[in-house]
Amino acid sequence: MKKNNKKQTAQILEGSQAIALTIKNINPGVISAYPITPQTHIVEDLAKFKADGEADYEYVRAESEFAAASIVEGASAQGIRVYSATSSQGILLMTEVLFNIAGMRLPVVITCANRGVSAPITIWNDHQDAMTIRDAGFLMFFAENHQEAVEQHILAYKIAEKLRLPAMVNIDGFILTHSYEKVKIPSASEIKKFLPDLKVNKNQSLNPESPVTMGAFATPEHYMEIREELHNDLSGSLELIQEEYKKLNKTINLQKVKYNKAIIDNGLVEYYGPKNPKTLIIGMGSMMGTVKEYSDKDKRLGVLKIKTFRPFPEEEIKNIFKRLKPKNIAVLDKSISLGYMGILASEVKAISQQSGSVLKTNKINIKIQSFIVGLGGRDITQESIKRIAHEVNRPGQEMIFIKK
Amino acid sequence: MYQIRIHGRGGQGVVTASELIAIAAFEDGMNAQAFPSFGVERTGAPIEAYTRIDKKFIRIREHIYNPDILIILDPTLPEVTDVAHGCNLKTKVIINTSKNKKDLPIDLPLSNIYTVDATKIALEIFGKNIANTTILGAFAKDTKMISLEGLKRAINQKFKKKGKNIIDKNIKAIEKAYNF
Repeated sequence: MKKNNKKQTAQILEGSQAIALTIKNINPGVISAYPITPQTHIVEDLAKFKADGEADYEYVRAESEFAAASIVEGASAQGIRVYSATSSQGILLMTEVLFNIAGMRLPVVITCANRGVSAPITIWNDHQDAMTIRDAGFLMFFAENHQEAVEQHILAYKIAEKLRLPAMVNIDGFILTHSYEKVKIPSASEIKKFLPDLKVNKNQSLNPESPVTMGAFATPEHYMEIREELHNDLSGSLELIQEEYKKLNKTINLQKVKYNKAIIDNGLVEYYGPKNPKTLIIGMGSMMGTVKEYSDKDKRLGVLKIKTFRPFPEEEIKNIFKRLKPKNIAVLDKSISLGYMGILASEVKAISQQSGSVLKTNKINIKIQSFIVGLGGRDITQESIKRIAHEVNRPGQEMIFIKK
Repeated sequence: MYQIRIHGRGGQGVVTASELIAIAAFEDGMNAQAFPSFGVERTGAPIEAYTRIDKKFIRIREHIYNPDILIILDPTLPEVTDVAHGCNLKTKVIINTSKNKKDLPIDLPLSNIYTVDATKIALEIFGKNIANTTILGAFAKDTKMISLEGLKRAINQKFKKKGKNIIDKNIKAIEKAYNF
């Protein structure tokens, strides 16, 4: 088997290929997936590496996403590093297994190439798929560009394996999976310095020589404690994510673009903009590049990108509100809780209700408004960001669909 | 930042053309981004792909509405769709056609329209009508946005697994279009 361990330089790659190469270098033992647009290129590339003798993982073609998730669940339960990728209906079909994976504390890593959910049928991008499995107990990262996607996959494995929690890296379907841009893929040996081989604890994995039961029946006396523990561990991973993010960037040179306007960047969130913006735009994923580009034309705009959505970095966000003191906040969601509002928007609004929160102690009146953008592949343009910046400065709290 | 919009039909290699420009620009020391218009890819259906070239890393991800360069791979497209939407008086057009530019239904200044019979060159060299790499030779010459050397390196990189014969033919095709 050919192992490419020489140091890599940046190159122009398709997003899917960048992720596939990163996964190859992360060196999982088992990969299983079922093809679905726009995730397909990732797993096609991974299958090809295996067929060409460039990788030695087991590649299992599954008969459905339910099976693919179950196969990586079983392999992970044996203490093997695993990987799967899916989109849209695929992640919904995995849902039951995802809850099992999290409940059994298996460090499974999945890429979700985000796509809208039927009906009507759409193959194009939004975040409804990921948001629908928000409560499964996965760490959830959202990438803005190819390099961030590469970085978040490496980080996801590290956190997942350290804490025995599953992780999902979200990359916008087509916008990232099918686009070409500059990206640097760290070599297997570079990655290994940050992400050592998965160590197997015999008491925590399936092994015929010392049998264990996983995910067994829990009576009302125990179920709640187990759920509480899972919640506490997931919430408690915020510090580790920041620590490991720092370590990752010290260990591996990803040749990231540095912006002089990026005041905060810690693995959980990134703030780009002036010290005291009048308006703060909050959102996730690839659209934040366009938002940043537009913000350079309007000096009153600050841009807060949520990179880690679960666990939700509420303290971080609250501290940013305190520090920046914006008057208005526009929260951009590529998904909607039908019958209420944007999902990220309702979570950002909840921050203002905490006791001792910035809004109460400092008596700052921040308006937080929900904007729904980019559903089913609708292009998010600088013009639409301009409109949002205008709307959020007007009176009124109602949620707005920004269609163009 | 330069914005390039490529029009063609499904199966003509529109997306590959956008990618090759990006790689060539990168080889020339620039940053570049390429992406398709994400349609449902059906053979024969009109499709678009985009490339941006800049000195800085490119963050913006909206489609290209106001291109600096328009590349038209399929000579029949201007008759059926408004390929020139969003173009301005400075937009340069590189079009694959055997017609005289005066006879084209494109409402832009003639001085900005560059024609190349990429289909003829492709038929000569490949024996089939795949003009996507060929037209890039004309793009390199008429816009100077990428160098011929950069384009050759991009072809070497992209078609590495397809073998020397394919690479040589593609290089011959772009050179011929460059000197058209």
